Amino acid sequence: MREFGRRAAAGDQAAATDPAAPQDPADPSAHGSAAITDIMLGRSRQAAGISVLRQAALVPVIILLIIVGSFVNSAFFTVSNMTGIGQQVSALGVVVVGESLILLIGGMDLSLEGTYGLAPMVAAWLMVPVAAYGSGLLLSPYLAILVLLAVGAVIGMVNGLLIVKGRLNGFIVTLGMTIVLAGLQLGIVGGNSVFNLPRAFNYLGSGTLGTVPVSLIVAAIIFAGVGLFLRYHRAGRAIYAVGGSLEAARAAGIKVDRIRIGVYVAGSVLAAVGGLMEAGRVSAVTGQQGYQEGIIFSVFAAAVIGGVSLKGGRGNMVGAASGVVLLGLVQNILDLSQVSNYWIEAVTGGVILIALILARVIGGEATAE
Amino acid sequence: MTTTAPSAASTAVPVVEAAGIRKRFGSTQALRGIDLALQPGRCLGLVGRNGAGKSTLVSILSGIYAADAGEVRLYGAPAPPLGDVDAWRSQLATVYQHSMVVPTLTVAENVFLGRQPRRAGAVDWRSMREQARQVMLEWGFPIDVRLPCASLTVEHRQIVEIARALAAGTRCLLLDEPTAALERDAVQRLFLRVRQLVASGVAVLYISHHLEEVFEICQDVAVIRDGELVLTAPTTQVTKEQLVAAMVGPEAGPSEQAAQAGQRAQAAGARATAGPRAGARQAPHGAADGLVVDHVSAESARGSLRDISLEVRPGERVGVTGLLSAGVATLGRVIAGADPYRSGQVRLGGQQLTPGRRDLALLAGVGYIPEDRQAEGYVALLSVAENATMTITDWLAGKLGWLSPRARSAAATPLARRLSIVSAGLTQPVGELSGGNQQKVTVARAIVRQPRLIVAITPTRGVDVASKALLLQELAEITAETGAGLLLATDELSDLVICDRVIVLVRGEHFTEFTQAPFDREALISATEGLLRSGDTPSEGQEPA
Repeated sequence: MREFGRRAAAGDQAAATDPAAPQDPADPSAHGSAAITDIMLGRSRQAAGISVLRQAALVPVIILLIIVGSFVNSAFFTVSNMTGIGQQVSALGVVVVGESLILLIGGMDLSLEGTYGLAPMVAAWLMVPVAAYGSGLLLSPYLAILVLLAVGAVIGMVNGLLIVKGRLNGFIVTLGMTIVLAGLQLGIVGGNSVFNLPRAFNYLGSGTLGTVPVSLIVAAIIFAGVGLFLRYHRAGRAIYAVGGSLEAARAAGIKVDRIRIGVYVAGSVLAAVGGLMEAGRVSAVTGQQGYQEGIIFSVFAAAVIGGVSLKGGRGNMVGAASGVVLLGLVQNILDLSQVSNYWIEAVTGGVILIALILARVIGGEATAE
Repeated sequence: MTTTAPSAASTAVPVVEAAGIRKRFGSTQALRGIDLALQPGRCLGLVGRNGAGKSTLVSILSGIYAADAGEVRLYGAPAPPLGDVDAWRSQLATVYQHSMVVPTLTVAENVFLGRQPRRAGAVDWRSMREQARQVMLEWGFPIDVRLPCASLTVEHRQIVEIARALAAGTRCLLLDEPTAALERDAVQRLFLRVRQLVASGVAVLYISHHLEEVFEICQDVAVIRDGELVLTAPTTQVTKEQLVAAMVGPEAGPSEQAAQAGQRAQAAGARATAGPRAGARQAPHGAADGLVVDHVSAESARGSLRDISLEVRPGERVGVTGLLSAGVATLGRVIAGADPYRSGQVRLGGQQLTPGRRDLALLAGVGYIPEDRQAEGYVALLSVAENATMTITDWLAGKLGWLSPRARSAAATPLARRLSIVSAGLTQPVGELSGGNQQKVTVARAIVRQPRLIVAITPTRGVDVASKALLLQELAEITAETGAGLLLATDELSDLVICDRVIVLVRGEHFTEFTQAPFDREALISATEGLLRSGDTPSEGQEPA
């Protein structure tokens, strides 16, 4: 560890001397060729050690939080509270999966929070009568869920085409899109909330199997599925290649544009699913859901705490999932600790910033696995 | 502004003196006791293979790393502490092969970067421009200091860096492969300037892969191998062969490789003359089976192409060369599908290639070794195995696209062995390998799909002598074995040894073609300058008179 730190320090200095110093301070070409294998073995072992550490880095923090939570409130470490947390973080978690995919290709999507609100709102609007601020079409909940997924896909496609084919800046495109989506969310129901959604529509967000929330199971399946996909699927590996170096991926014949647009679509669809979970959990779609709650901060925070790099190409689902769990625990403990309502946001933000610093100090960034 | 450094010419004290420098990284001793002195008014060439310790030494001499043992003295006094960037900079400056100017700022601002003259706390623009102009005049650099650096050529950006160093009072320059990105003319002008600097008492440490350059401008040469200086001598007293021998060392393996690889590459080339026949057996029309470039024109910042036509038959190795802006790299990129073209046609085996679609070109059978290894050659975060097999994931994966790491490493292992990629294992990220091994991974990625045509753009740039020969030999052998065509687009004339014929581009046009190996270096150079066509000069007897 000491050696590692020293080298990093030397690197910082090099960067300070020359803003674009071409020599990587850890450039193995700087070493004697005879012993080159040795050092590579050494460094690789070191890197592997760090990688393992990174994967487990958040576990002690999570355990610590659980202990702290138990002291704060005796209701914390109970089955009902834990399942409650599970239900709460599932929706966020699914959006984090979507955002992580987009971060992995070196992009960013602020509009996921807009999709998270608008997609369930459109679905709800199609299902309920005019009197309840709906369209009066009284669409079946199953069709409405398909529409919800389609809304997500269309938004992702528009974002992807504008960013990839239109070569527009992803930050500004998705920022603009966020505002548009939030406006639509309010517009189609005249600023009202839609209640009394059909049971089938609510099932994903509020149903349970035994004592386990359905949303938690589905979120876990999504995490595991996407994790395996990233690790063992051609397209998943292509995502890492594109995020690691767009030009190198292109030169290797990877269909770079298709991968990038596909990831924007997948990210938005996942955000729509997250929105469906949230709508089901509270059995309503409000104008607040998504943009006005400002969930995108939590989404980015969970991904980054979990080691997903904002620069692309680094990060994995194990990390992202632990970031989500950590954030959910913090939120819950703060809720239970009866912090004044006026202060809770400041405290939450502060705790998230501390978690970010801790995650950075403990583990650096995750590997491309 | 004026430093305390004594006038260089007045004293024989070395500008930089390194004594017993040792540096260790982990378990590797990168430097094992280096003694080196730079004298005012002399240019010392530093050569060595990739990984010999050049970069580490430069980093220590320029105050980026601290040595574990030994001492660096500047003008006879102990070197300033590591963090004191200004103190180092005022006495010694490093010019890297990649430009370090800030492109959005003007030349004057770059010259005075971080130490702008001030008046009443604000930047004194007039005085800054005046002083910058003065520096340019004094050293005879032909650059308007009001221009933004983005509009300058690579050559002029380099001059801005040198001017920055000189303006800071530095009379000692470390030039780290300064010619890597320059055209031949620009290289000559750089040499002129370096000579002029040296003549006026500046000390220069010149680091290069090109031994000819060292003989051309250096008075002394030092060879570094495995962290030790194995040879230091005036350039007049050593031969190129002695330098190569010193770089490669006494071990039988690499030295034989270095000496013989060139010949083997040629021999492989000779064997390959049987190749086209083997290819032709599959289709009666050999030409239609290979690459046909038909009146292609393309616009590019790298150099445009005007109405280029050429053919590469199966198993044939065709070199394309020319000056940096002649469109050599563009031609390679267009054929590989990395750049689009405006008019004309590129066909492989009769099938037309869609302009600018690298993915389709790959499927059609074009393997590609790109020019800029770091940007396009590999994904640094991903493993050797994954990079090497990146072009064949469709083969490795099952119907649904799932692919096992085991299948990946099974496919990568023979390649890694064949190209002798040195790594801690196939799972090591490519970013951690040395430059030569990174390039081998890029080559592996290109050939693993058994392409019908390999497009290689400057494949040996930044690769040491022995690896260079090995790479060329592999390319020659692969084409001979598989009947693949090779289009070798390069400005390194020595790479062309493996080619059957060489096409010379001048300003994006097909200027002339050499069909008779061995190709005469002088004739090639005058052709790239647009002076002589191949027919104008006998290809055997070289009498430039």
